Amino acid sequence: MSKNLEQTIEKICADYGHDRTRMMDIVRAVQEKFGGVSSEAMDMIAGQTRTHRVEVEGVVSFYAFLSQEPKGNVVIRLCNDVVDQMKGVQEVAKALSAELGIGFGETSADGWFTLEWAPCIGLCDQAPAAMVNDVMVTCLSADKASEMVRALKANPNPGQLTAGYGLGDGNNAHPLVQSMVQNNVKKTGEVLLCDVPAEAGLTKALRKSPEEVIAEVEASRLRGRGGAGFSTGLKWKFTRGSKGPDKYLLCNADEGEPGTFKERVLLTERADLLFEGMTIGGYAIGAATGILYLRGEYNYLRPFLEDVLRKRRDAGLLGNDILGKAGFHFDIRIQMGAGAYICGEESSLISSCEGLRGDPKNRPPFPPQKGYLRKPTSVNNVETLCCVSRILDKGAAWFAAIGSGKSTGTKLLSISGDCKIPGVYEYPFGVKIRDLLKDVGAENTQALLIGGPSGQFIGAESFDKTICFDDLATGGAVVIFNKDRNMIHIAHQYMEFFVEESCGYCTPCRTGNVLIEKCLRKILDGQGEPEDIAYLQQLGNTVKKGSRCGLGQTSPNPALTTIKNFRAAYEAVLKPVTDGMQPTFDLKAAVSDAEALAGRHSVIH
Amino acid sequence: MEKPRIATASLAGCFGCHMSLLDIDERILKLIELVEFDKSPVDDIKNFTGRCAIGLIEGGCCNEENVHVLKDFRRNCDILVSVGECAIMGGLPALRNGIPLRECLETAYINGTGVYNPSGKIPNGEDIPLLLNKVYPCHEIVKIDYFLPGCPPPADTIWEACVALLTNKPLDLPYELIKYD
Repeated sequence: MSKNLEQTIEKICADYGHDRTRMMDIVRAVQEKFGGVSSEAMDMIAGQTRTHRVEVEGVVSFYAFLSQEPKGNVVIRLCNDVVDQMKGVQEVAKALSAELGIGFGETSADGWFTLEWAPCIGLCDQAPAAMVNDVMVTCLSADKASEMVRALKANPNPGQLTAGYGLGDGNNAHPLVQSMVQNNVKKTGEVLLCDVPAEAGLTKALRKSPEEVIAEVEASRLRGRGGAGFSTGLKWKFTRGSKGPDKYLLCNADEGEPGTFKERVLLTERADLLFEGMTIGGYAIGAATGILYLRGEYNYLRPFLEDVLRKRRDAGLLGNDILGKAGFHFDIRIQMGAGAYICGEESSLISSCEGLRGDPKNRPPFPPQKGYLRKPTSVNNVETLCCVSRILDKGAAWFAAIGSGKSTGTKLLSISGDCKIPGVYEYPFGVKIRDLLKDVGAENTQALLIGGPSGQFIGAESFDKTICFDDLATGGAVVIFNKDRNMIHIAHQYMEFFVEESCGYCTPCRTGNVLIEKCLRKILDGQGEPEDIAYLQQLGNTVKKGSRCGLGQTSPNPALTTIKNFRAAYEAVLKPVTDGMQPTFDLKAAVSDAEALAGRHSVIH
Repeated sequence: MEKPRIATASLAGCFGCHMSLLDIDERILKLIELVEFDKSPVDDIKNFTGRCAIGLIEGGCCNEENVHVLKDFRRNCDILVSVGECAIMGGLPALRNGIPLRECLETAYINGTGVYNPSGKIPNGEDIPLLLNKVYPCHEIVKIDYFLPGCPPPADTIWEACVALLTNKPLDLPYELIKYD
């Protein structure tokens, strides 16, 4: 075993040139081969890549899909996102647990099955959903889950599962994807989800100088689609203007914001448009290398995307002298993530690409100055890069004419929750919430979560507002809640998510989110007091101000925006404390251990 | 006019905060001109004799008796102040919070290095208060009005805080009295 382990690790490390910046690929490969990255394996990897063991262990312990303990041959990760909870995931969980005879976080005695929870896996429109190794299983029910386990017990090859379920639409049925996932494209717009001509943007871009390409993108007033909304043209200008010969274009395909799944659809249906946009970006900023950072959950798309890249190389769309343009060399590699929400934050994403824990970096320097490997780097979102291809084809004026005011173009929205027609919608910026609700068949709506839990909850008084950067900004997630939902309960569930996903570097984020979550729990338990509102607001603002990356700067939003827009829900359950005691302290529970040890009861309760 | 009353207690602490209180030196004479001490280790009064303006609490709660005393203070004092690290955060006693109670007691009384205990049992008896599953800071058990940080808070901090509370004036502590590094 040890000999085999050693040889395999030598081989894997050699495949990645013993390069420690490829640590993610190395440990992923070891995990895949042996079900875990053992202590012994970590020592060997450290030796092979000439780094410290702690660097290896840091990576293995950071990412949810990596582990030191070997996992089962079949790992079932059931998504426990809020939308899945709304669609009855608890029943599915019970069925899985019963059928497998293990609890969540456990591996069966025979080593075959591991059962785990996973945060949003990008299938809220087909919830409840689970990953079985890399295979996505959607629209689960308790019966379907039991049946699935029985099928896996008979044939423990998750790849065979799909045959029984039928394939999804479009490229989900592609021989290299073979997934039951559905695109659920419910509204196509004129930029991304319409028919797009192949390479029209790239061809036109290469006729221009890089500066002209950047000027075109600037003129289109395209802003980043990932959530922050920074001007793409400006970002490219800064990156191009930074000194140094080596520059990088990174594409952020780590959509982890609960409720977001539109990038999954773009990766499935618009892969060429995306790679075309990356190539244009590479040309514009002067990069020779592009990296697509693909979230670990979308590993099922990897063979397909690798194939698209291979075909592009064969067609001269990647590689040297692209489309005959002398001196323009550019290629793209895919970097897999391994289950970490924080890696959607651009500086964490860079850390992860460098083979490190997905810790955010201090800014400045900003990535366009010093990014990947401390070289000038532009990190752009999938949807942004797809827009770039279209802008270069149809022109900045065409793009800028779509949308509203300062928000040009269209926006893909992933809409899920309490509505009849969940899915991906392409709207021009400026769509009114009221119209959107009508389109998706939402009735009796109490609240919308715009931009995922790091965004904001809005209520009926905001239904005449519009989706755009100046009004309701969003990276693309829209979750709808009807009047039967308890908004405090929903906010609490999202806070649990942030507690889990905080990287732990900044104390306000690591500790503050736990305190917010506890306070919401206390309110849900009927022990809330009017003072808790001010406490939550003060604490939330401290977390926002005291955290260095976007996670902590937005994580208190579920609590803060429900307090702001659904204050009546809080006020209805808060009761003043009049006797000076803390209602949360339970003396009986606090002395129970000692009572058992001493064999007598407390005299004071 | 009757003098306002002060009560103090040391719960799961080391009495260091009380020592610091005594460090106000001759100002204690001025203090007793201003106030009367009620239940406190300073005068050894065991039970409250009347309503108190201020209660100063040293130490967190590690056992049921601490909880009883703390609640008694809350009922009898207008203003309750957590004095020092242990009252505010649990302090050194809270180091046991990550260890299950049984393991903790077995190490202390049975298995620990150098333990001499021929009975081989964890001490038990009705006069020994039951321990809580962990050490709690005071504000997790009752409402606390003010917090005076420090281990211990310097005498001047305690003095200035008491004077400010009794004279109903804002507390303006110089930086040196509230920095701890």
